[in-house]
Amino acid sequence: MTDQIIAVTVLGDDRPGIVADVTGALAGLHGNLEDSTMTLLRGHFAMVLLVRTGASAESVEAALHPLGADGSLVINARVLGDSTLSQIGGPSYALRVHGADRPGIVAAITDVVARHGANIVDLGTRLGDGLYVLMAELQLTNQASAVGLDAELQGVAGELGVEVHLSPIDDDLL
Amino acid sequence: MPELPAGTVRRVVRAPDPVLVTPGSDVDPTDSATIELAADLLATQAVSPGCVGLAAQQVGAAARVFSVDVSGHAKTRTCHGTFVLCNAEVVSATRKERGREGCMSVPDFTGDVARARQLVVRGQLPLTGEWVEITTDGFEAVALQHEIDHTDGLLFLDRVSGPHGIHPRRSYL
Repeated sequence: MTDQIIAVTVLGDDRPGIVADVTGALAGLHGNLEDSTMTLLRGHFAMVLLVRTGASAESVEAALHPLGADGSLVINARVLGDSTLSQIGGPSYALRVHGADRPGIVAAITDVVARHGANIVDLGTRLGDGLYVLMAELQLTNQASAVGLDAELQGVAGELGVEVHLSPIDDDLL
Repeated sequence: MPELPAGTVRRVVRAPDPVLVTPGSDVDPTDSATIELAADLLATQAVSPGCVGLAAQQVGAAARVFSVDVSGHAKTRTCHGTFVLCNAEVVSATRKERGREGCMSVPDFTGDVARARQLVVRGQLPLTGEWVEITTDGFEAVALQHEIDHTDGLLFLDRVSGPHGIHPRRSYL
């Protein structure tokens, strides 16, 4: 079997050693890790990683099964098709939102973003004690589209009672 | 900046070449090898589109020499033109701001790095060995810190703010 990209997701109760255990099992399959991300979501372990391996998704899941056997972790593996980078190629913008928590903030804000053709390439949200915070990086279709996007975001932010700031991110090539 | 002999364009090395993580040795700015290296940096920088600075490590030499030229860049405020510094060190660095920077030697990524926007650097000019102190700000300050890091064997990857601070680079001019 030719090497393929398998996406592994690991969710569950946090403890020291999960990353070492998961990646150790994948190394045992001679898998080569590519991009990965991991964070704690309100204390829950959450990781997605891409591994290139000649092993099947079933073999990867079987190798990782012992880690979740006690029910503390849910681990899935699935083959990803070849993909081209989903980048629009336009300018990058930082989107920062904060305000009193209520249902629908992310949906309303990202609906505006989507309707302006902008692509979200990174996103994180956090809920504090009644305070909701969203941070995202967008790729816009072009510089000019930022004006219309910002205007509509401000309108929606007013309805939601949150603050929205959209600012360009420049790459300094040194 | 004294006039240097014409330099030779060198190949720019890319990470993970070991020379990029090798701290540079102090140099004698009046030595012919240093003068040649300085001239080569300027020649290589001049033919590299968008290049605003180049360190010895980037052309394969673990030495404390780099060139900078931010003239004409949109973000430049204070500008000292084209120059080479030897054995440079930061005297003072204040007013840190985070920016996203890329590097010819790390062509696949950009990274979020906090750099001082107000900077004083001390170093020696090639050929004469004269000690100079450069006070600058903004983009030239960022470029100087990036290049001094190179001469210490550090890449911007060593300064990135956190696990989400590395990004795929979309284009390099």
